[in-house]
Amino acid sequence: MRFTSHRDFGRAFERAVRRAQLPVAYSSGFSPHPRISYAGASPTGSSSSAEYLELALTRHCDVGQLGEALDAALPQGLDVLTVVPAGPGALADRLEASDWQVLLPGVPPAEAHRAVATFLRADVVDVTRKTKKGLRSFDCRAAVVVLEAGPVALAPEAGSECAILRLVLRHGTPSVRPDDVLAGLGEVAGFSAPVPPLSDRVAQGPLDAATGTVGDPFV
Amino acid sequence: MPAASLFSRLEPLLPLVQKPIQYVGGELNSAAKDWDAVEVRWALMYPDAYEVGLPNQGVQILYEVLNERDWILAERTYAVLADMEAVMREHRIPQFTVDAHREVAAFDLVGISFATELGYTNLLTALDLAGIALHAVDRADEHPIVIAGGHAAFNPEPVADFIDAAVLGDGEEVVLAVSEVVREWKAEGSPRGRVELLRRLAASGGVYVPRFYDVAYRSDGRIDSVTPNRPGVPATVHKHTLMDLDSWPYPRKPLVPLAETVHERYSVEIFRGCTRGCRFCQAGMITRPVRERSITTIADMVESGIANSGFEEVGLLSLSSADHSEIAEVAKGLGDRYEGTNVSLSLPSTRVDAFNITLANEFSRNGRRSGLTFAPEGGSERLRRVINKMVTEDDLIRTVAAAYSSGWRQVKLYFMCGLPTETDDDVLQIADLAKRVIDTGREVSGRRDIRCTVSIGGFIPKPHTPFQWAAQLDAETTDARLAKLRDALRSDRQYGKAIVFRYHDGKPGVVEGMLSRGDRRIGRVIEAVWRDGGRFDGWSEHFSYERWARCAEEVLANEPVDVDWYTTRERSFDEVLPWDHLDSGLDRSWLWEDWQDALYPTGAVEVEDCRWTPCYDCGVCPQMGTDIQIGPTGRSLLPIAAVR
Repeated sequence: MRFTSHRDFGRAFERAVRRAQLPVAYSSGFSPHPRISYAGASPTGSSSSAEYLELALTRHCDVGQLGEALDAALPQGLDVLTVVPAGPGALADRLEASDWQVLLPGVPPAEAHRAVATFLRADVVDVTRKTKKGLRSFDCRAAVVVLEAGPVALAPEAGSECAILRLVLRHGTPSVRPDDVLAGLGEVAGFSAPVPPLSDRVAQGPLDAATGTVGDPFV
Repeated sequence: MPAASLFSRLEPLLPLVQKPIQYVGGELNSAAKDWDAVEVRWALMYPDAYEVGLPNQGVQILYEVLNERDWILAERTYAVLADMEAVMREHRIPQFTVDAHREVAAFDLVGISFATELGYTNLLTALDLAGIALHAVDRADEHPIVIAGGHAAFNPEPVADFIDAAVLGDGEEVVLAVSEVVREWKAEGSPRGRVELLRRLAASGGVYVPRFYDVAYRSDGRIDSVTPNRPGVPATVHKHTLMDLDSWPYPRKPLVPLAETVHERYSVEIFRGCTRGCRFCQAGMITRPVRERSITTIADMVESGIANSGFEEVGLLSLSSADHSEIAEVAKGLGDRYEGTNVSLSLPSTRVDAFNITLANEFSRNGRRSGLTFAPEGGSERLRRVINKMVTEDDLIRTVAAAYSSGWRQVKLYFMCGLPTETDDDVLQIADLAKRVIDTGREVSGRRDIRCTVSIGGFIPKPHTPFQWAAQLDAETTDARLAKLRDALRSDRQYGKAIVFRYHDGKPGVVEGMLSRGDRRIGRVIEAVWRDGGRFDGWSEHFSYERWARCAEEVLANEPVDVDWYTTRERSFDEVLPWDHLDSGLDRSWLWEDWQDALYPTGAVEVEDCRWTPCYDCGVCPQMGTDIQIGPTGRSLLPIAAVR
């Protein structure tokens, strides 16, 4: 499921909305679209248990029933965790930061610790990313609120060591993603992962800058 | 022992390839069955990329039919793109199914659907990645039986070395019959290995096993004979015809992928077969007779298909959809039912006919009238008579006038270049026609912003058609003719951008022609091309004419035949054609007479449709024990309350 792009996800979600026969509102105009606003989609290739979207309905519904119907209609691997009535203001404004866990198979924890320490000492870490408009260069350091190399985890294949990064990233423009920070670790500390890392978004919401924690956007 | 999932090995590698979602599976309505709970296991392959193969109706139908049986399991596999192939080779990951990511070599059967000959090299990639010997005779008992189907399987000789078997015609019943034979043979403890299993399949008369037939050649290169080389093997193998489509309403639960694919819609086949008798059309010849689905079954399928998929578009498919005996009622009934919803209906493959504009209007009640497509195929009236596609120029003009005055802005016209007896003049008449279309459109709509797209491709003679004996036009003449047409279309500035010209150059058609009418000697060319790196030949960005030409020259160097021999050479009646032992039901002498009728010196002889004129003895119904199944049923669709 983590390999779905945001467009794949959008198509699958809209079809599930139709299968579940939800009274979804449509935009007016020549080619009406269901009114669904996606906020801060995670990059293709990462898993997430903290994705948010807003769905406009034509009438009031019981949130519990709506969540169940939608969850049943969604393909396996896409799950509805919580449904709440929309509050005032844009949902995207409440999603100030993301909390990520990045699994680094085959990376000795000591190496991860060293790279992280070097990264945090820097004020600016420029990285380049391939975008539709070509290569783009930007700083990935400023968005990093927390970066720590976690404890040794049990590796998928017995015997090999495995490090975990915990990463809190402040949302902004350009949006900095976990792979940008990994590229940054490569820039400053020559760090490279032998196997593609696995990024998982654990939380998304308001940022408590003092503690570096990401809260619940619905509270 | 169940075949283990390869996914844990595959997953870490997926970030390295483009569009990884195509290898993940997880489609809505896909099946996940217990390996050990079944007796017969199929891996169904469509030999193109996932985005092309997933929507394929044939595979979806067989997948559902097979998986409905509790003793059968079917999974799907598709051609992997070059980057994935490299990753799989490096990490020794075999060809896998997308359902449970099992290795293809572990299945009892690999069923491969060839809609076109250009998928042949992709079969070889899949077999090689799967660890299955490329040549059927080299396979061990534990390897799957590789069995081909689809329209190209009506001449499977070019791939005869690589497949264990082929079936002709409709697959729904024969996949179950094959499964029964495999089940029985396995239950007996697989006596005498795979050759015994193949013998049993061949003895049924409905499964072609190439290795049980010897082909002898004459010194001039022509085939001398094709003969069974063991007792109990029939001299000819017959096609399969599914009767009563109402009792086979598949797909019921269409596969809905996460990845984007070439067709994002639910498709219902409203009838199978076509008896219009267009002489170039292989599909129309090999799928006879016409068998309709009733209006009520169509409507039920549309309703449940939308509910089970969430698709917004429904396509009503067939070879000539407006020919359904109750198409007006179907159009109006469905139009009424789905008016005001976001469900849109489409009717691909319609003939040039003013009536079809009424239908098209019915299908576009939501107001979206972007473009209509018609296929006159031949540029001049004389040529359309040769190919038996009887559309007069005035018909066409009346039709487009109706279209432009109903608010349509764009008309697409499809043609072929290189049809038998064609001259430059026939093709140049396309330019006059296109200009008349624009003039008419401007006149009736009172607007300047109307378009006409002229799309033209090279004609390729196909097996089991009246043109199977015809010479294919060479690439140079094709290209020269198309260049003349292009110049004629561009010569008049008055039409400027109103006429859009799309064409394909003649070279790929030469390769397709060689594969279409090839014999077993072509198998060595296919293998040489594949070893040289040939993949995805249906994709213009991957296709290399140079590679095919070079490999064909090398491989056929010591043979009395070459590419021209297979393509631009006209055949005579007494020549043994590579597919003569494969019976599509068509009477060979009727095909020949129809070919001669096309060439009649004072103008081609017309053949009318046997749905509304007497039978003209093409041979299919008596040979196959089938009959035309058409309406009208007289039933109509009641409005259903829109579920909101």
